[in-house]
Amino acid sequence: MTIPTNVAPAPVRPSLWKRLPVVHQVRSSVGLQRSMLVGGLVLVGIYVITALFAPWLAPYGFAQIRVGDTLFGSQQPPSSEHWFGTTVAGYDVLSRCLWGARPALLVMLAAVVLSIFIGVTGGLLSGYFGGWVDRVLVVVADAIYAFPSLLLAIVAAIVINHGQSDLWGGILAAAVAITVVFIPQYFRVIRAETVRIKSEAFVESARVIGASHPRIMTRHVLRNSTRTLPLILTLNCSEAVLTLAALGFLGFGIEPTVAADWGYDLNKSLSDVTSGIWWTSLYPGLAIALSVLGVTLVGESLNDLADPRLRTRRAASQAAGVVGAVTVVPGGVLSAGAEGIEGLDLLEGTADELFAGPTEDEPLARPSTDEEGGRS
Amino acid sequence: MTATQDTRDVVVDIQDLHISFATDAGTVRAVSGASLQVKSGEVLAIVGESGSGKTVTARSILGLLPDTALTSGAVLLTRKDGSDTHDVTTLQGKNLRDIRGRDAAMVFQEPSTVLNPVFTVGWQIAEGLRAHTQMSASDAREKAIDILRRVGIPDPEHRIDHYPHQFSGGQKQRIVIAQAISLDPGLIIADEPTTALDVTVQAEILDLLRQIPKEFGAAVVLITHNMGVVADLADTVAVMYKGEIVEQADVHTLFAAPKHEYTRALLDAVPRLGGRRFRDRVIVSEADAAFEPVDVDPSATPVVAAQDLRIVYRGRLRQPDFTAVDGVSLEIRPGEVLGLVGESGSGKTTIGRAIAGLTPVSGGSLNVLGVEMLGVKERTFRPIRRRIGFVFQDPATSFNPLLTIAQCVAEPLVVHGISSSAQEARRRVDELLEAVQLPKAFGDRFPHELSGGQRQRASLARALALDPELLIADEPTSALDVSVQARVLDLFARLQAELGFACLFISHDLAVVDLLAHRIAVLHNGVLVEEGTGDEVLGAPKHPYTQRLLASLPVPDPVEQAARRETWRNLRAAD
Repeated sequence: MTIPTNVAPAPVRPSLWKRLPVVHQVRSSVGLQRSMLVGGLVLVGIYVITALFAPWLAPYGFAQIRVGDTLFGSQQPPSSEHWFGTTVAGYDVLSRCLWGARPALLVMLAAVVLSIFIGVTGGLLSGYFGGWVDRVLVVVADAIYAFPSLLLAIVAAIVINHGQSDLWGGILAAAVAITVVFIPQYFRVIRAETVRIKSEAFVESARVIGASHPRIMTRHVLRNSTRTLPLILTLNCSEAVLTLAALGFLGFGIEPTVAADWGYDLNKSLSDVTSGIWWTSLYPGLAIALSVLGVTLVGESLNDLADPRLRTRRAASQAAGVVGAVTVVPGGVLSAGAEGIEGLDLLEGTADELFAGPTEDEPLARPSTDEEGGRS
Repeated sequence: MTATQDTRDVVVDIQDLHISFATDAGTVRAVSGASLQVKSGEVLAIVGESGSGKTVTARSILGLLPDTALTSGAVLLTRKDGSDTHDVTTLQGKNLRDIRGRDAAMVFQEPSTVLNPVFTVGWQIAEGLRAHTQMSASDAREKAIDILRRVGIPDPEHRIDHYPHQFSGGQKQRIVIAQAISLDPGLIIADEPTTALDVTVQAEILDLLRQIPKEFGAAVVLITHNMGVVADLADTVAVMYKGEIVEQADVHTLFAAPKHEYTRALLDAVPRLGGRRFRDRVIVSEADAAFEPVDVDPSATPVVAAQDLRIVYRGRLRQPDFTAVDGVSLEIRPGEVLGLVGESGSGKTTIGRAIAGLTPVSGGSLNVLGVEMLGVKERTFRPIRRRIGFVFQDPATSFNPLLTIAQCVAEPLVVHGISSSAQEARRRVDELLEAVQLPKAFGDRFPHELSGGQRQRASLARALALDPELLIADEPTSALDVSVQARVLDLFARLQAELGFACLFISHDLAVVDLLAHRIAVLHNGVLVEEGTGDEVLGAPKHPYTQRLLASLPVPDPVEQAARRETWRNLRAAD
């Protein structure tokens, strides 16, 4: 997977596909880190496909209890008609598990989209302007941070639909609660990055040029401060699924007739466990665990890969490799340039009469790892 | 392994050393086939530019390479008494720790980050002593006091209990050196020991380093890019280029008759005091024909006029205010290059930032292009900004990493509404890139894909995008290698002559300023101590500080430097 290099003056830039966030990480990972990331991606992929194609994948509807005139029957063990058995209310467990991916995915999207917009805007304003804006926003964020998310979710559930949820009521309750709790996380991360980037020379140079504050904020600061977002985003997704499941388990979830909810099914299977009926609790539980595991694996791998100190690399081979016009930077360089004095002239542009000798051998001083990783 | 008879006085013997690194872009070779010998009591300087492998070579002597490195060849390190020789490349764990500090010790570049701020300096020196010997705490303390005295820390009995922040930068470097020699190693590796220090402090540290072979009997491996430091200190010199040692000779031979083409280029590129200047240089070739120096009209209205300028940084929480600039008066006329020289903390950068409207003025008067900067509003000053260009010190951070070079250079044009987008400005951007001798295609690259020198040239292109009347260059070449610096300075002089902008050129390097500036102003602790033409200030300095500054500057010529060293000693004794 060595990036091919040539002697042309322009450095080889990987194609857009290879620079896409997750694709790039898969390509730059090796060994255990790669298997973790790929495993997580596969789980997430299965999960998303299930959510999208639930109507075609599931043998029955989520609220179906009969075929024609025949009832499924209550608490039937796994059979050829019902691979995962049926619940106490007579629903098909497999169908409920597959359909249940939908509300979970919706909660993830709603929660993350809402909190990212508010959190990032707040963090950017707070970090860039400082002063009293900063002080007020930080105090508010700290106050929210101290609030238990589940309690907030229950309150939201009661406020939005008096504890008896329809599909959007349940999703909104979980999403609102998660949003409120996540905002401070995004806020803090973006604020810290903004404060750091604000003092970088390129922001100063934008000020010297005379650029306006909104322009500096959006063009120079914001785009450079979003590096750690994918990481928090994935971790928050898994937290969102867990909160929805917990709401359902506590009885504030979505009614079984409007959508399938893993947490609700778990709640209803509580009494089954003592009477030896294992299938009603095992499969919804597995669905929750695997979806959270998948998202968390992706998040953790992204975190490790973003940090040059945590990332493992292939061992150096003695004979192989590009030698020469490359600065040795821990973390590596994007590509090697041309070799020799002629190559340097190519790199440095037209030859200069000031002196005939070589000029510098540092074509790409910035480690490529900084592009998406950096601090976390 | 045991030492043979003929290698007895060789402290370290590097044989055919190859070092490769595993990186994201595959394997990169840092050192290929380096062989070196250091004899006891000798100072060997390894010279080279960034990326030449000099630091990696020196670090391999202590086994201080990262995990991603793959080493082959041998590094034979002999104990000072000649009792034992190890091949460092094969050592691991305890054996490696055993030789570190005892057989060879290291002095790092940045003294303020090497010392742990939460422990007293005495504790830090004693720590090394007790790690290797069965010394009691009180004995270690005695020894630490003794060493501190020998490296020139006054009142060591008392100061041994002080914390690193209570010492100045130069004193901290002395303490780091004390730490290195405390175990009486046969070899001391000094990696750019004076790069982070001011010139006057550098002279004192060099003086101390020079005594190490004599007083402590240790050999010194000095890694530096500063040819002046080499001329001052080294006995033999190894020049590294692209991972290979291209030339190795004793210091007099190397400076008098360099053999390798690269060494010659390197020595040519070093700016020298009182040497050739760009503005009065002899026309030697066709390309130089257009290179006419700007005539400054002394009666013209100054672009920048400071009267009794004061800039104060407000102290935080019970700390007193800090006066960075105290009563400075200076003028820059159209087309004139004013060189502002001073050490760190002298206020030179603050003045530059105040002129660019980045730092508020606290008192006096500062008139920039007809606008009074004392209490100026950003709205009043914004139209003036397009007439000012600014070149920052570190080209690595002064570009937004997510924009292409063309977008970065077009930014001033877009901000001031001359072009509606970066694409529309592309023609002008191409012209600008051409003016700074970068190929047009470079506009589509990202900043990290350019080298330091290329980036600094692009930075110059951005500063010149709006055809400014005034350019402020804040240490534009101090982050660059010598040969690259020479090219950037040459380009700078050409553009200044061609476009005729006025310029405030801020630098700590007298020789660089001397190359470019019409007039030189010397700042010391926020006060302007001397101002005049290059010949006046550098030829016959009046103020004692300027004299000391000049004497401290090591020149790249071992014979001349030996004479200058004497002058410096006399000056210091007179203080």
